[in-house]
Amino acid sequence: MVGIRSYGGYVPRFRLNKMIIFGSMGWLNPANIMNAQGEKAVANFDEDAVTMASAAARDCSTGIDRSEVGGVYFATTTASYRERLCANLISGSLATSESVRTADFTGGLKAGTTALIAALDAAAAGSANNVIVTAADCRLGKMGSVQEFMFGDGAGAVMVGTDDVIAEYKGSFSTGHDFVDHMRGADTKYDRQWEERWIRDVGFGQFIPEAINGLCEKLGMAPGDFSKIIYPCYYGGARKAINKKMGFEAENVQDTMQAQIGDTGTAQSLLMFSRALEDAQPGDKLLLVSYGSGCDALAFEVTDAIKKFKPKMGVSGSLARRADLDNYLKYLVWRGMVPAELGLRSEEQRWTRWTLMWRSHKAILGLTGSKCTGCGEPQFPPQRICVNPKCGAVDESEPIVLSEKGGKIFSFTSDMLAATINPPSMYGVVNFNGGGRYVFDFTDCTIDDLAVGGPVEFSFRVKHRDDQHDITNYFWKAVPVVAEGA
Amino acid sequence: MAEGIRDKVVILGMGCTKFGERWESAPEDLAVEAFIECLEDAGIEKKDIEAAWLGSHIDEINIGKGGNFLGMALKLPLTPVTRTENFCASGTEAFRGACYGVASGAYDIALAQGVEKLKDTGYGGLPDSPAFGQMQAMIGPNASAPGLFAQLATAYSAKYNVPMEKIKEAMAHISWKSHQNGAKNPRAHLRKPIPIEQIMGAPMIAYPLGLFDCCGVSDGSACAIVTTPEIAKKMKPNQDLVSVKALQVSVSSGEEALFTDWDGAGMLTTRMAAKKAYKEAGITNPREEISMMEVHDCFSITEFATMEDLQISAPGTAADDILAGFFDLDGQIPCQPDGGLKCFGHPIAASGLRMLFEMYNQLLGRWPEDRAVKDPKFGLTHNLGGVPNQNVCSIAIVGKN
Repeated sequence: MVGIRSYGGYVPRFRLNKMIIFGSMGWLNPANIMNAQGEKAVANFDEDAVTMASAAARDCSTGIDRSEVGGVYFATTTASYRERLCANLISGSLATSESVRTADFTGGLKAGTTALIAALDAAAAGSANNVIVTAADCRLGKMGSVQEFMFGDGAGAVMVGTDDVIAEYKGSFSTGHDFVDHMRGADTKYDRQWEERWIRDVGFGQFIPEAINGLCEKLGMAPGDFSKIIYPCYYGGARKAINKKMGFEAENVQDTMQAQIGDTGTAQSLLMFSRALEDAQPGDKLLLVSYGSGCDALAFEVTDAIKKFKPKMGVSGSLARRADLDNYLKYLVWRGMVPAELGLRSEEQRWTRWTLMWRSHKAILGLTGSKCTGCGEPQFPPQRICVNPKCGAVDESEPIVLSEKGGKIFSFTSDMLAATINPPSMYGVVNFNGGGRYVFDFTDCTIDDLAVGGPVEFSFRVKHRDDQHDITNYFWKAVPVVAEGA
Repeated sequence: MAEGIRDKVVILGMGCTKFGERWESAPEDLAVEAFIECLEDAGIEKKDIEAAWLGSHIDEINIGKGGNFLGMALKLPLTPVTRTENFCASGTEAFRGACYGVASGAYDIALAQGVEKLKDTGYGGLPDSPAFGQMQAMIGPNASAPGLFAQLATAYSAKYNVPMEKIKEAMAHISWKSHQNGAKNPRAHLRKPIPIEQIMGAPMIAYPLGLFDCCGVSDGSACAIVTTPEIAKKMKPNQDLVSVKALQVSVSSGEEALFTDWDGAGMLTTRMAAKKAYKEAGITNPREEISMMEVHDCFSITEFATMEDLQISAPGTAADDILAGFFDLDGQIPCQPDGGLKCFGHPIAASGLRMLFEMYNQLLGRWPEDRAVKDPKFGLTHNLGGVPNQNVCSIAIVGKN
């Protein structure tokens, strides 16, 4: 049986209430009051599509031995690199084997499901198994644009395989249309969209039914056969029209989370799919549709195994982990939309030495240290001579992946001098659970969340940006585990 | 069995510039200023110097690499110059090189000089540089020196269950005391007494360190000319001599940064170097025998923790000693009688020799009464370079011959 083996998601912790945007930019386009409902999920200053996709992929591999992972497919339209395979960064962060099929899927927003079909086909063909498909986007609209209100940041992920399948794959149908409702040129930062009435009526209104009908015809099914229909469309009116046209009951249609997250681009369908799987029951028939430069439609049937898998956070757990970003200008500065003076200290050059990055890629991407086989002490970064003064064994160690160990804060500070786009810079020494220590940046927190002995988890983040050479470097940060307020 | 450096080397002369934002001065100007004073104090000629050691730390913004700088700035006649770089111990390392050169019998007279020109960066604080290599530059925290040292306070508070309020109070007393002392010193950069309330109320730099818990960055140079006791006695028959009692260095082994035994509340290196230095100097009870200290107060919390690391204060009791005035100028062991890094700023490689300059002059009774330490016997200097979990510590003890 080929299908979905596990699922996960990630929604960044910060949420920007859309009325805050409207309060700042409503003067430019008062009609945006119609779009100013709810909030949008906003990537932290050290998050991007790669880090969010990594987080979703980790979530979807909860409890699964990552040495089994046979592929990592990453879908996005906001990759940090045009040449450098981001899927390798993600597989590196998962510390998978490097005998793995990695690919980036991009260009249109349907790339998330296209990657999923590619993974399902590979599993069916027996050429790759346990392929993680993870999609994330962090798209920008200009200040005061409709897109700024409609877009949100997030990631969804599923693992595709032939064992322990929780949702059996029944088939797919795809269309490809050079229908340019949204576009960004190769060197363009902001989304540009054509008239919304056209996007609504022709884009969503015609292409989604076209894909659904195409799939049903191919599989000999009817739209009404599905217990849950998952399709993106952030126009409420258009959704109603599509539901009516296809005969879908509202309770059978998966919520877009538009008022909680926003439209997450290539991630949207997988994020909704992942959320739907949280509630799915054995026997449910799921219809998954994507939209953007055409559509993919896929059919699944949920199996008994659905009861055996639960992601660590899941989309709903991630959604519940939230904090207000109550400052629109901070959002603009984080996204590089307005220039901010970070001080001359921030202008010091830091070269990325690619020879070093390769030599140490398992430590940097996978938080892989060494564990002394003499005394058993884990250490990071890997050491040739054991750091335990009572041991000192030479070259007697094995690799140990520390990213999932969690840890406890040993010491901390909150620093106003270090140059950062998000002062104060918070960091401190963290003792890994099970041994070993290193000094990490803290993120997704305030100083009030830091205490000696406090628990942390690790998160793969943007560590450093070299704007001159357009290099984004990644490493792990420590996230204090805090009880979320209402 | 090695017998150490005790009483084998004597300081013949010293020099020290005014420290500060020396916008007008090139590093060469600073070097010449300290050197000329030192040469006159030693009563020798340039040609008598057989070898020199030059301390400097931050290559990028300072004097570059190698020993050429000193040879060319001072026009030393094709003299051997060795550059020493060992973080904040760089100046004391230059001194150690010169002392060992003399003690070994290789040279009769040697020069140790530290020079650091930092105020060409354009911003406050130490220059940002990959001090721990390229790997740490990629994955280490987005940190500054205050934040890395500030963590001593959070770890100390947790270990000894001393409330942060009390630590803050003791740290404020440290800075208050150093400003009191520095105000009297014409060579200090900051010469203003600061009220405790202003220190306590200052803006936060890196929790829990406020503005006055941090020393500044400045430019400066200091130097020493050393020789054997025999030569010194011949040259200065009617004068007290200051002799070297101990020189110790200790460097982190990685156990602080990567192994979980270290308590984070003090420096293992200082504890080790102090133990060895007291043994070398023949000191058995440092709290009773040390007369005065210049310690590495890059941040008030560093000085705080160092009082315990040096075995002056018992573990967990530094705050009590500090608040009781034990380290004030009129206390039992005056600490930073010249104002310390707090008032001099910290031109890295000049600091160690600046501290020795203070001990040397105090021992010779050269300072006016309002800042003189009474009847000093042993003076201790201490540098701590790097950060608490990976550092270099140097300790020197000097005393009357």
